[in-house]
Amino acid sequence: MPVIEVTHLKKRYGDLVAVDDVSLTVEAGEIFGVLGPNGAGKTTTVECVAGLRVPDGGGVSVLGLDPRRDAAQLRQRVGVQLQESQLPDRLRVAEALELYASFYRNPADPAALIDKLGLGEKRNTAYKKLSGGQKQRLSIALALVGNPEIAILDELTTGLDPQARRDTWGLIEQVRDSGVTIVLVTHFMEEAERLCDRIAVIDRGRVVALDTPTGLVSAVAPEQRVRFRPSAPVDDRLLTDLPEVSDVRRTGGQVVVTGTGDLLHAVTSVLARHQIVAADLRLEQSTLDDAFVELTGHRPVD
Amino acid sequence: MHAFRQILRIEARLYLRDLPTLLTIVGLPTMILVVLGLIPSLREPDPNFDGQNFVNYFAPSLLVVTLAMVGVNTMPMALATYRERGVLRRLATTPAHPGALLAAQLVVALAAILASALLLIIVGRLAFGVPLPEHPLGFALAFVLGTAALLALGLLVAAVARTTKAAQALAVPLFLLTMFFGGVYLPRFLLPDAVARIGDYTPPGVQALLDAWTGPSPQPLHLAIMAVIAVTAGAGAAKLFRWE
Ligand SMILES: Nc1ncnc2c1ncn2[C@@H]1O[C@H](COP(=O)(O)OP(=O)(O)OP(=O)(O)O)[C@@H](O)[C@H]1O
Ligand SMILES: [Mg+2]
Repeated sequence: MPVIEVTHLKKRYGDLVAVDDVSLTVEAGEIFGVLGPNGAGKTTTVECVAGLRVPDGGGVSVLGLDPRRDAAQLRQRVGVQLQESQLPDRLRVAEALELYASFYRNPADPAALIDKLGLGEKRNTAYKKLSGGQKQRLSIALALVGNPEIAILDELTTGLDPQARRDTWGLIEQVRDSGVTIVLVTHFMEEAERLCDRIAVIDRGRVVALDTPTGLVSAVAPEQRVRFRPSAPVDDRLLTDLPEVSDVRRTGGQVVVTGTGDLLHAVTSVLARHQIVAADLRLEQSTLDDAFVELTGHRPVD
Repeated sequence: MHAFRQILRIEARLYLRDLPTLLTIVGLPTMILVVLGLIPSLREPDPNFDGQNFVNYFAPSLLVVTLAMVGVNTMPMALATYRERGVLRRLATTPAHPGALLAAQLVVALAAILASALLLIIVGRLAFGVPLPEHPLGFALAFVLGTAALLALGLLVAAVARTTKAAQALAVPLFLLTMFFGGVYLPRFLLPDAVARIGDYTPPGVQALLDAWTGPSPQPLHLAIMAVIAVTAGAGAAKLFRWE
């Protein structure tokens, strides 16, 4: 059952078309990724979903409600982390969370949330004295403190160090496991690959692909390569006869087999049948990075 | 309403936490009063001031100090900063309305202004025998309308300025003008008559404060002008204010 439905969304800022035509649906309980180069319209799209911006065209429905007309209801049920928003300098961590918790009918326990996000030692620290990553974690906590049904997180882990990033991923998975639907705007391929059930790739205000991470990769760059050093001479025909294989080359003592599908299994079984041992066996697959470049013509920032 | 109370509680706490600013806002007028009051000649009756002494005559202008600092400076700057840093926007994603934060800012600003005025009046009375306002009702009215006019101007600044820098660029000259026409930089008897008369009509309306404090009662026209400024600037601010 979709909890978010966006149909032909359009949004302009003056002459600039920020979102041209975006349609997508987010299913209950999934982690939905929104990926795309800078300025692609990701933030604008999710802010229309969050009811912070009024679309110029198209429709948005969240939990069956209209983000503008039913704003009061949705604010209780949707938690939002904005890409660029800060807190007053002198506000302390615990104060911020307790204040935000007080706005909701069924808030999470602020103290527990503070510990969960690793801010326990900083509970009485003023916002201005927090590091970038700590501010980011506080911001995530504020999005979750209302016990939302949907959490919209724009640039979840930007500014976090690798360890904090992994910790945050763990937290997001926990949140999802508790039944929350998550919309995640991100620049990090690894993050999208690890966390997202499905990903919409947005470029210049349009959805250019929407699939699971593996689906995206295999649709855009399905080629895989298997390299190995055979223990005995191999007849090329042995390999080219396999339906998975599209090409066989030799470089030095190495055989490089290119193909699709379950290439690795096909190659190793045929070698095993002929009692050939494959040394230095290596599988090279396209990654989400490759798919992203292919789809948008941009290198992902990392 | 519940959210507003929580926000107000936090905003009050943040206000108290910024001690240097708080002391300046609440204490500066009284400090100047004390310094001037310690000079004996300024406590002598003077025909320049209808036979009152200078300290009595100058006290209303000291009220202007806090009104100007808070009304057209700290309050609009705080709002502009909140907007620029996305604090208001973030609040808009929660069940609380960012308007609650704006209202809380107004309440703490009022509280600071009131505290400063009370301190000035009480210290003036106890230490230097400055009489309490002759016309309490008129004084309260002049004070409330003058404060409302200045706060409304401050809100207008916060509304039209898109950035903190722009707010500063508007707030500083407005502050200087308020102080000048309020007779803070130069006591009003030293100002050319025309300038002093303009000062009667610029917020917070120092002549009405003086009339109500030492004289008979404030002139209705002075009060009416303050009310008009408050309503006009307030309506303009409400129309132009942007949460982001
Ligand atoms: N408030 C605004 N006023 C005018 N233009 C805007 C505004 N917000 C965004 N834009 C423009 O709209 C386009 C899309 O911006 P958006 O913030 O949605 O991109 P994004 O995909 O989130 O980018 P990033 O990855 O850098 O966060 C950009 O060209 C941006 O400059
Ligand atoms: Mg963005």
